[in-house]
Amino acid sequence: MAKKIIYRILISIPVLVGVVLVIFLMLQVVPGNPVAIMMGEHIKQDVIDRMTEMYGLDQPVLVQFGRYFLNMLHGDFGVSYKLNRSVTSLIMDAFPYTVKLAVAAAVVAWLIGIPAGILSAVKKNSLVDRMFMGVSLLGVSMPVFWAALLFQYVFAYYLGWFPVSGVDGGIRSYILPAIVLGWSSAGTIARLTRSNLLEALEEDYIRTAWSKGLSQFGVIVGHAFKNALLPVVTMMAIQVASLLSGAVITETVFAIPGIGRLAVSAISNRDMPLLQGTVIFTTALIILGNLIADVLYSVIDPRIRTD
Amino acid sequence: MQKQQDLEVRNLAAELGEEDSLRDKALRLCRENKLAVFSLLVILLIALAAIFAPAVAPYDPNKQDLLNRMQGMSLAHPFGTDQLGRDVLSRMIYGARISLLIGLAPTGISMLLGTALGLMSGYLGKTVDFIIMRLADITMAFPSLLLAMVVMYTLGSGIINIFLALTLVSWAGTARVVRAQTMSLREKEYVEAARSMGVGSFTTMIRHILPNCMPSLIVLFTLNIPGSILSESSLSFLGIGAQPPDTSWGLMVSEGKDYLFTNPVIAIAPGVAILVLALAFNFLGDGVRDVLDPYTKQTIP
Repeated sequence: MAKKIIYRILISIPVLVGVVLVIFLMLQVVPGNPVAIMMGEHIKQDVIDRMTEMYGLDQPVLVQFGRYFLNMLHGDFGVSYKLNRSVTSLIMDAFPYTVKLAVAAAVVAWLIGIPAGILSAVKKNSLVDRMFMGVSLLGVSMPVFWAALLFQYVFAYYLGWFPVSGVDGGIRSYILPAIVLGWSSAGTIARLTRSNLLEALEEDYIRTAWSKGLSQFGVIVGHAFKNALLPVVTMMAIQVASLLSGAVITETVFAIPGIGRLAVSAISNRDMPLLQGTVIFTTALIILGNLIADVLYSVIDPRIRTD
Repeated sequence: MQKQQDLEVRNLAAELGEEDSLRDKALRLCRENKLAVFSLLVILLIALAAIFAPAVAPYDPNKQDLLNRMQGMSLAHPFGTDQLGRDVLSRMIYGARISLLIGLAPTGISMLLGTALGLMSGYLGKTVDFIIMRLADITMAFPSLLLAMVVMYTLGSGIINIFLALTLVSWAGTARVVRAQTMSLREKEYVEAARSMGVGSFTTMIRHILPNCMPSLIVLFTLNIPGSILSESSLSFLGIGAQPPDTSWGLMVSEGKDYLFTNPVIAIAPGVAILVLALAFNFLGDGVRDVLDPYTKQTIP
């Protein structure tokens, strides 16, 4: 058991190194000297040279990568070109906003997704089932930015129930963004809950439960539920991670100063270290999320352990 | 009752190793899944409008009419006009070209790439498999939108670059599916028979393994299209996808969002178009999957 967990942790390391390398190399091939791009046109060559040296951009790529990676392990992502602040501090300032949004969205996704999935499974192939599954498909087909604008227009502008954007309204500012972001995950969770519950209902122990004379409620809540919801629960780690990344657009539309918005601003400012830092940070979180999900899964469900 | 009999006959046929031909399956799809057929019609309609845009669009999509800016919905302009007095409907019809092109082309290219790598990985195994699968692990570790954003940052905006970005982001999923299928097909008797007759690796992969992966590939293709359409529109919305004077639905929503509270139609209408097209492909994909691949029904898109 411990061996398996350690193995699972070890194989995440090369993936993380690969992720950093891919992003690093990709941003290396951007044409032009980043310092020259950052400083604008009317700057003397010797200033550019000095700055280039200061940022270590005159070194061979592999040396730069090695240095970047070592610094990264110490929690240092370099200095933003545009804002002249440490990328780490920028990320740490933005992170709480993104976490709040992602957690709120996850709650929305669960509150909608699980009951909808259970109802669909119990009333399999009924009108309710078809309707829910149709709506969940609607969730995955809907462009997030468009849903965000629509919600903004209807609930914030037209009805005036929530603030249009920003985070000054406290928890009320997060309600609309959380619904927009959680909506598509709710569809995924509903489908997963439904298929897992349907699978569980076919098992022998469920037939035993029925033959004992248990009610439908007793069978589903007492017996099917536990096994069906395990995979759904462990999916939480993966979901939160993917919500963290899906927040890019939601944060942009609702003007929430989180990591996604930081990444978008890094692109429009041609701020390479900031883009690099935000993407690597988010991806590392997702790798961690997948890792936790896998470990959790084998801890909770002993059937997985047969290796 | 009829359905039950159909199912029994089909199960019997499957046991005897006689499966429906692709044509029979297509006919069955038409008979059983009206929603999928309707979705196909919607897609064809949008495709025809896109192909014959110059004939269908009531106005020139780039013609500015500053005296008639920000008009609401009317008979002359069904979806009104935008901040430069351009007809929104005409722009949407032209925008369909990009959305469809981006939906189909990068999905196709990334699937070709993913299929080739998946076949090699599954059939050749060992080092090749190891390298390709680790690359796939790394690619799939990224949140796709962020990776696409980095690629667009590196290459610059523009439609060709969206092709590249979306291809680089989405090959890995296909590669994994094809690899898994190849690994199980590799052990079949007919593959062994082919090999024992001296057929080379390449020919075995193309002639004997690939055709058996086709049903899954068709399903994957249909279900990957909405993802590409949504990614393109997201990138364009963020301002790093299609650039003016090109028109894409995502770009139109992005341009219209500044006027959301004065004239919401400009931003909302192109979004509805994205939703309808993506939904149509999802419904079609679900229908195709039910017919071609009844065992993988539980995988979520």
